[in-house]
Amino acid sequence: MLRDAKQRCGIIAKESTSLEEELKDIRRNCSSPELDDSFDMSDAFYFCRRGIESIVDDEVTKCFTAEELESWNLLTRSNYNFNHISSRLTVLWGLGVVIRYGFLLPLRLTLAITGVGLLVVLTAMIGFLPNGRMKNFLSEKVHLMCYRICVRALTAIITYHHSENKPKNGGICVANHTSPIDVIILASDGCYAMVGQIHGGLMGLIQRSMVKACPHIWFERSEVKDRHLVAKRLSDHVKDKSKLPILIFPEGTCINNTSVMMFKKGSFEIGSTVYPVAIKYDPRFGEAFWNSSQFGMMNYLLRMMSSWAIVCSVWYLPPMIRQEGEDAMQFANRVKAAIARQGGLVDLLWDGGLKRGKVKDTFKEEQQKLYSKILVGTQEVRSRS
Amino acid sequence: MGSRASSLLREEDIEEIKKETGFSHSQITRLYSRFHSLDKGENGALSREDFQRIPELAINPLGDRIINAFFPEGTNKKYTAREDQVNFRGFMRTLAHFRPVEDNEKNKDLTSGEPLNSRTNKLHFAFQLYDLDRDDKISRDELLQVLRMMVGVNISDEQLGSIADRTIQEADTNGDMCISFSEFTKVLEKVDVEQKMSIRFLH
Repeated sequence: MLRDAKQRCGIIAKESTSLEEELKDIRRNCSSPELDDSFDMSDAFYFCRRGIESIVDDEVTKCFTAEELESWNLLTRSNYNFNHISSRLTVLWGLGVVIRYGFLLPLRLTLAITGVGLLVVLTAMIGFLPNGRMKNFLSEKVHLMCYRICVRALTAIITYHHSENKPKNGGICVANHTSPIDVIILASDGCYAMVGQIHGGLMGLIQRSMVKACPHIWFERSEVKDRHLVAKRLSDHVKDKSKLPILIFPEGTCINNTSVMMFKKGSFEIGSTVYPVAIKYDPRFGEAFWNSSQFGMMNYLLRMMSSWAIVCSVWYLPPMIRQEGEDAMQFANRVKAAIARQGGLVDLLWDGGLKRGKVKDTFKEEQQKLYSKILVGTQEVRSRS
Repeated sequence: MGSRASSLLREEDIEEIKKETGFSHSQITRLYSRFHSLDKGENGALSREDFQRIPELAINPLGDRIINAFFPEGTNKKYTAREDQVNFRGFMRTLAHFRPVEDNEKNKDLTSGEPLNSRTNKLHFAFQLYDLDRDDKISRDELLQVLRMMVGVNISDEQLGSIADRTIQEADTNGDMCISFSEFTKVLEKVDVEQKMSIRFLH
């Protein structure tokens, strides 16, 4: 039902015919309806129309902005096309502002500071204990408690499904990425080893404290580029069964929770069990997507804490392992499809890196090759690898 | 920041665009949101880079030609403030070519003259994809260049040349080795241009 609503929000209805079908159709009435070795000036129509369609509505650019709501939820930030409707609505909105900023926000800020503060202090204290069962036990309790306080700080109402599939030690947990809050949501229900780059400032302080209590995997900025190093550290961690499951977001960037974009294959090459998790937010109570080009982290957290609530569902999917004859990329796509299906998200092949970077030329070359084959027949097309 | 798009579009502007293009009020506001989301510089106009940021357009073999169609030659102040920028009016004007023809039945109060989405104007849009120097005829060289865009590196120069020659031979009626707009129209008279060069805009 949610998908139907989205389609109604679209601007155009796209034809999903292939290049071949379309060209045959255009030429139907011409003198040479066969396609081999003949070019028609009307061939350009197909590319032209697809080009204009993509200008009006494309799959990718809209993944990087927050989802449009069907009806307004009284938050100014979600107000895209809604004009002034009535004075009563404005009064309601004003009341909402007072409640959210005057009452909810201070309450939540207090909780957040408490949660983070406790995390830093307690994990540092646990760091002094000798390694062993006691340390692990306490570390688990402390992490869970602090994350749960943070969940309250965001008023996140989370529904966990299929908890029997929760990730176990020695596995890798992969999930779709919408915002940094994903981490808090998952970590308040189970213990994970985090993976990430070491930051400076407050974030770095938290990271350094956490790693005293239990082994997380933090990388220096320079190490991040070294794929072999990353893979080695991950697989070392995974081999040690006493260590917690690793939490990874293979998309590599925040997507707006309507689609799942390409999974980077690094995590899928390691060869351990993968526990897929699907996270779906309900945008009506607060938009969780972090548009990092629009606002920074602090601004984002402020918006989170002044929304009505963060409502989401988490599905733990059954564990998956790489099959015989399946390479890392195919495995990644299989996991991605499962997550997309469960969360009701669109499964896209596009790379999340398109948020910041340009698309590779190889895709254009594929299109050109396809057209060439239609034009002159398959044998004559020179193969260029 | 990004959410107040529609408030920047005035009612008078919407009315003018409606008259010129035939789009409905809601279509214009939706397309304005889209325009705004493509406008990364937030200066009310789109540059070529803004278009190239759309991955599906960047991989389209005729992507650059399509982008070019939005930037008409010379600076018609209504549509472009600078030569390399197109404002919302210009954006809508170009898109108007792709409105389905049936919709004209509902909007009889368009300005006099042919509507932008008539068969002739659609054909003219396609003609301009080929006519690189905008001199109103498609030379062999221009045809070759566009063909090269569509096939990439997969076909040899000789073969492409013979395809171009054959195409010009079939179309050229006045012997000037170029394809004029009327010759272009004649060649495509049996093609369902109205359907193939239209996009189904939802209301």
